[in-house]
Amino acid sequence: MNRCCEVRLAGAGGQGMGLAGVILAEAAMREGRNVVHAQSYGPESRGGGSVSDVIISEDAIDYPRVRTPHVLLALTQQACDGHWRAIRPGGLLVADLGRVRDLPCGDFRCVVLPMVATARDVVKEVLTANMVALGVIIAVSPVVGRDALEQAVAAGSPRGTAAVNLAAIGAGIELARAGA
Amino acid sequence: MPADHRTASEYRRYLRQEMMPHILCPGCGHGIVLGALLRALAGRGVDPDQVAMVAGIGCSSRLVGYVDFCTLHTTHGRAPAFATGLKLARPELAVIVLTGDGDGLAIGGNHLIHAARRNIGLLCVLFNNQVYGMTGGQLAPTTPSFQRTATTPYGNLEPAFDACRLLTAAGATFVARGMTLAPVPLQDIMAQALAHKGFAFVEVLTECPEYYGRYNRLGTGAEMLLAQGRLPEAVADRLARKTFLPVREEGAGAAAGGQVRPGLAFGILHREERPELTEALRAASGGARG
Amino acid sequence: MSAGDRAVPPEVSLLQGNQACARGAIAAGCRFFAGYPITPSSEIAEAMAALLPRMGGVFIQMEDEIASLAAVIGASLGGMKAMTATSGPGFSLMQEHVGFACHAEIPCVIVDVMRGGPSTGLPTSPSQADVMQARWGTHGDHPAVVLAPASSQEVFDLTVGAFNLAEQLRTPVILLYDEVIAHLRERVVMPPAGGLPVQQRRRPAGSVEAYRPYAAADGKIPPLAEFGTGYRFHVTGLAHDERGFPTQDPAVIGSMQRRVQGKAERHRRLLPPAERLLMDDAEIAVFAYGIAGRAAREAVRAARAQGIKAGFFRPRALWPFPDDEVCAVAAHVRAVVVAEMNLGQMIHEVARASRGQAEVVGCLRADGEPIAPEEILAAVETASRRGAGAGTSHG
Repeated sequence: MNRCCEVRLAGAGGQGMGLAGVILAEAAMREGRNVVHAQSYGPESRGGGSVSDVIISEDAIDYPRVRTPHVLLALTQQACDGHWRAIRPGGLLVADLGRVRDLPCGDFRCVVLPMVATARDVVKEVLTANMVALGVIIAVSPVVGRDALEQAVAAGSPRGTAAVNLAAIGAGIELARAGA
Repeated sequence: MPADHRTASEYRRYLRQEMMPHILCPGCGHGIVLGALLRALAGRGVDPDQVAMVAGIGCSSRLVGYVDFCTLHTTHGRAPAFATGLKLARPELAVIVLTGDGDGLAIGGNHLIHAARRNIGLLCVLFNNQVYGMTGGQLAPTTPSFQRTATTPYGNLEPAFDACRLLTAAGATFVARGMTLAPVPLQDIMAQALAHKGFAFVEVLTECPEYYGRYNRLGTGAEMLLAQGRLPEAVADRLARKTFLPVREEGAGAAAGGQVRPGLAFGILHREERPELTEALRAASGGARG
Repeated sequence: MSAGDRAVPPEVSLLQGNQACARGAIAAGCRFFAGYPITPSSEIAEAMAALLPRMGGVFIQMEDEIASLAAVIGASLGGMKAMTATSGPGFSLMQEHVGFACHAEIPCVIVDVMRGGPSTGLPTSPSQADVMQARWGTHGDHPAVVLAPASSQEVFDLTVGAFNLAEQLRTPVILLYDEVIAHLRERVVMPPAGGLPVQQRRRPAGSVEAYRPYAAADGKIPPLAEFGTGYRFHVTGLAHDERGFPTQDPAVIGSMQRRVQGKAERHRRLLPPAERLLMDDAEIAVFAYGIAGRAAREAVRAARAQGIKAGFFRPRALWPFPDDEVCAVAAHVRAVVVAEMNLGQMIHEVARASRGQAEVVGCLRADGEPIAPEEILAAVETASRRGAGAGTSHG
């Protein structure tokens, strides 16, 4: 993989993009890599669009803003419409099958899977769509390793949610393998 | 608890004699208030090393320069906030706030009511001379209606604050009012306020002949002092019975509109038991550590 | 420190700048926090409210920012290391007591997490428009010590540094960063207790009678007794003499003013050093601080990749201003590009300190967005072309 990877996690307020970004960043840090995480701040964190940005790099990270993500996660149509144009040429769009019906075309790979439905129907907890998505992302791109991600989930989940979040990560990885 | 007047006479050891002469005007009542407070401290045998006196800006606030404690002369109106930080850091100290009616009730009103609400263990003495003295006799939030000041040359159209009712409503757990005409009862009030656990508030009516007296033709300091007792026949009796005294019934206001300032109560007006803030914090902190 | 202590590994955590600030304060020995909620600084208060009671410290939410700094000063006089944190509107209210703390020489730390201004401005967006307020916000001549971290790690380190400077210089120290750094999560390495240099204020050792709280013997910072320890003394915001009592003596006032105002200047060696990158052969220097410094570092690297001899200078201490260093930079470059997120504040200091030796150009942004590397690169390219053109005309 590249020496630097920019990931943007975009969804609706309440879908846990902030937590997903923190856990992804924590996983990268556990792998000994440099990382910055930033998330949308202000009224939108209580409803509306929500964005969580992670930069993972082998080098020191200067400017901390994601500008052209290698990976974009879009859990809603609005998130997809708002951010797909920023995807780096040759990058990756991970979109929710069901929530994102109008897919963009461009110089990037598309992985479209029913992440929200998997959370609801397989994990039996719709709030874990963010963790299902992380499972999908690490299965289809080498952003971070599974071990580090699972350690970060165990350490960073809100009290009482680590088990279900770990299950959701596993469900996401399975979903990606089945879809591939 | 009555003050021990024999010990109280030793209050001079609390003064920074080398700082005299002081800046107060002839006839000013502030020295009577400070004297009552220092005698109450002496009566309780308080170690001066265990007292911190905090003041804001104004004539009364300058008094902290003349007392031999740890003294903190702060900014206008903010003394209760400085004192709050000091008391939280040093709960074992007796922290006493000296403030004036402009300092405590105008620019510092918010700090004063929040200190009262917290019930932090401070004694706050508010010197009410009904005017801004340090700056030359301007309107205060305690100036009675229709009275003249440097900024109300045609008479004050605003009503005055009743500090004790304000502080009682804000949550002070000891509220009292004294007057310079009755220094012995005032000393007793101070002694009881010092013994109180929680936020104690003592308002003292004092006189400013230099400005307030001059603008309103109230005579010398001695005459103004006597005027405090003109309406009640026996101040000491009234204080003992906590009866209400109308402060002014005459003057331009009364003549013009028949307006009379609501009567002011004297003595200890309110007392209740509530957890004191530093003790509550210490108890909670023990829990957090365990 | 025993061998056993040395074996304790540092704690490594993914922390937001504001969380790192609270952790740094605790590590530096801060045991008192008074504050008032304000975006984007509130996480500092929230973290201190959680941490302090466990350390035997005190957290209190005051009725406003004026009261917050007042309580901090009161607690510091009571012997506790104390801090408050705010953003522009609250920092404006605090100015009254910034002056008091400077004048009465009370150590404390004030964090200003800058957001867009003026007035209510942009509560959730970054800016760097309080840098002059941090220097000159309160009335009268006074010293200013202002540190500007650019990462979560630096927020931790410079919070510790701010407490150390406050204690050593007996003065308020301001930590100035912005909304982006406040909320960025980054790796922070925190040494175990005892693994950090932590300074304490000088306290009087001599007799109570001989104590002079404002007497600087041999140019040293006067010792500060805490209230309640037997040293009975007076502290006032009025002009005062060596004992702390009010004075109107011009000779006493003049020397006191010069001593207090000059404290920071005389102790520059205690300030954190500036970051320099690729300055040795630079023809264009980029001067930037805080979050803009990170964009500038990237821009300088990009300029080098294009063959432009660009260098980078980032002060970690904004005040006292690094006059001599900036003068030396200006002496060796054709132009200094000043990148800051305001409409031009530190650029005037850079121009003054450059003494006409180099062209000083601004790359300024004040719209609630962090300045981007591309903008700074463009300014460097322009300065480079202009410089090359000038060289040709001279030839």
